[in-house]
Amino acid sequence: MYEDALIPKLGVVTQIRVETPDVKTFRVVGADGKKPFVHIPGQCAMLSIPGVGEALFSITSSPTVEEYIEFSIKKCGCVTDWLHSMEPGQNVTIRGPYGNGFPVDTDFVGKDLLFVAGGIGLAPLHSVINYCRAHREKYGQIDVVYGSRSMGDLVDYKEILDDWMKEDGINVHLTIDNPQPEWDGHVGFVPNYVTELKPDISKTVVMCGPPVMIKFTLAGLMDLGFDRKNIYTTLELRMKCAIGRCGRCNIGSKFVCKDGPVFRFDELDELPNEY
Amino acid sequence: MKKISKAKIDELFKAISAKETLYIPVDDSEGQAAFIPYAEGLKMSEDLNTVRSAKDLFFPQVESLVNFKMDGKHIEIIDAATEKKPFVIFGVRACDARSFDILDRVFYYAEPKDSFYIERRDKSTVVTLACNAPEETCFCGAFGIDPAEPAGDVSAWQDGESFFFKANTEKGEALLAGLPLEDAADDAADKVKEDIRKITAMLPLKDLDLSKFGPGKTQELFNDPAWATLSESCLGCGTCTFVCPTCQCFDIRDFDGGKEIRRYRCWDSCMYSDFTQMSAGQPRPTQKERFRQRFMHKLVYYPDMHEGLFSCVGCGRCLRKCPIHMNIVKVIKTIGEEK
Repeated sequence: MYEDALIPKLGVVTQIRVETPDVKTFRVVGADGKKPFVHIPGQCAMLSIPGVGEALFSITSSPTVEEYIEFSIKKCGCVTDWLHSMEPGQNVTIRGPYGNGFPVDTDFVGKDLLFVAGGIGLAPLHSVINYCRAHREKYGQIDVVYGSRSMGDLVDYKEILDDWMKEDGINVHLTIDNPQPEWDGHVGFVPNYVTELKPDISKTVVMCGPPVMIKFTLAGLMDLGFDRKNIYTTLELRMKCAIGRCGRCNIGSKFVCKDGPVFRFDELDELPNEY
Repeated sequence: MKKISKAKIDELFKAISAKETLYIPVDDSEGQAAFIPYAEGLKMSEDLNTVRSAKDLFFPQVESLVNFKMDGKHIEIIDAATEKKPFVIFGVRACDARSFDILDRVFYYAEPKDSFYIERRDKSTVVTLACNAPEETCFCGAFGIDPAEPAGDVSAWQDGESFFFKANTEKGEALLAGLPLEDAADDAADKVKEDIRKITAMLPLKDLDLSKFGPGKTQELFNDPAWATLSESCLGCGTCTFVCPTCQCFDIRDFDGGKEIRRYRCWDSCMYSDFTQMSAGQPRPTQKERFRQRFMHKLVYYPDMHEGLFSCVGCGRCLRKCPIHMNIVKVIKTIGEEK
């Protein structure tokens, strides 16, 4: 077989979990039944269905999971529609991992971490959060603020309730946009909730969610006195190659696929605002 | 230095093509020059340059990556690579020769390496040809390229009677060693070079000022109001990107042929709206952003990433082919002018 970075390997989807009405989590192993590769939290991989297309997804599972990798994917286009319609046992093609990932073994070590996610934005943070839970002693306090349109749109809700919220070392703050009879938690948008919680400005913040959530959360954090050097996010742009070549995800002198997708806000300030 | 009489050029082409595929620039029925495999009877084009650049030979417009067979839940991955044979390109101009350096940094040296491109580069021998008659649209000099001293494995010059050859690399020496050439004095092409430089000194774009461009100029140039006026009439046709020797953007697509699915890559253009269109949004919503991206990449972003090297070679193809007469020279002059 000809060897090239653009030629994918075979994968098998062994399990599909319904997370929300439009998000499913796909468990993928290689053709040999083992984990296809080792990744860093925040990295991505290319999944494809030949004839439909190839698309880049955040790896949702933690690197500490030895048996498989997982992707939480929202149904929003050709490839994702196809993925949502398939059954376990289906072959897909896979290549990766791509991108820089979060500095979990360097800059994050010893820090109090505040994760802020909205909707499907939890997907890339899920990997980091579970990595940090598995290496709990390396980090300070861990807070998660996670919001969604409704209770039913919270991704990984069962895991959050059964695992994250029952652990001592992690504080989870959930919110939904509008009141629901069966919901007794916080109601309101993520940016406001983050400001209400008055996080200490020494925390390292990791954000992922819709652009409007990022914009207002960032503004709130700036008002509180946070340093942009301590705020991380992960970008999403169209990609075909994922190796810094096809030209789509170019912003200034960076390629999101190769130099990102994880950036600090002081790094983003240096780039043209084209994302 | 070696030489051959022009009357014997067919002998030379036959000798090369007896061993490996030889590409030479040939005019088609409408007088448009392109690099095509040599066959007896084909005459080398006398045009200054080919319509499309020589990049096609290393980074083809369409190229199969891999094939698939689908059977229910089962996918089979099938090798689509074809054996690439050694080849010679004859008559590459100095501008296109520089474009190979620019593409090499993306496809040859950057990690992960591009096997398809590398294989073609490694199996090729590039014979460049000095430009006896640079045209008014030429501005390679602005990028430090001398059309009288083209790079390549072998450099060639021509006067009224002869072609002269000088090998620059081991591959070039190996090519010349097996050919029916005569010895020539080391200064045999000096008169030709002198005549070329007399012309380049008179070219209207020779003093094109690039001092406003290069690494670190993003913040300064990105919000220049001139991007809006310059891009106003751009049709977004992408012709400039297709004739450009340094444009490297590509798409990866699947073609379902029924029995097999072919995954191929093909040239794409940052000038097109769907290039960056996502279900979640569009980071370059109007032609202004797309237009700016193309020129900022060539004049600022690429140099930022590659030690100041500009991703333009001044070949002038975009000047000749743009249907609305917009081009990189106008951009350089407008954005680069003193404010």
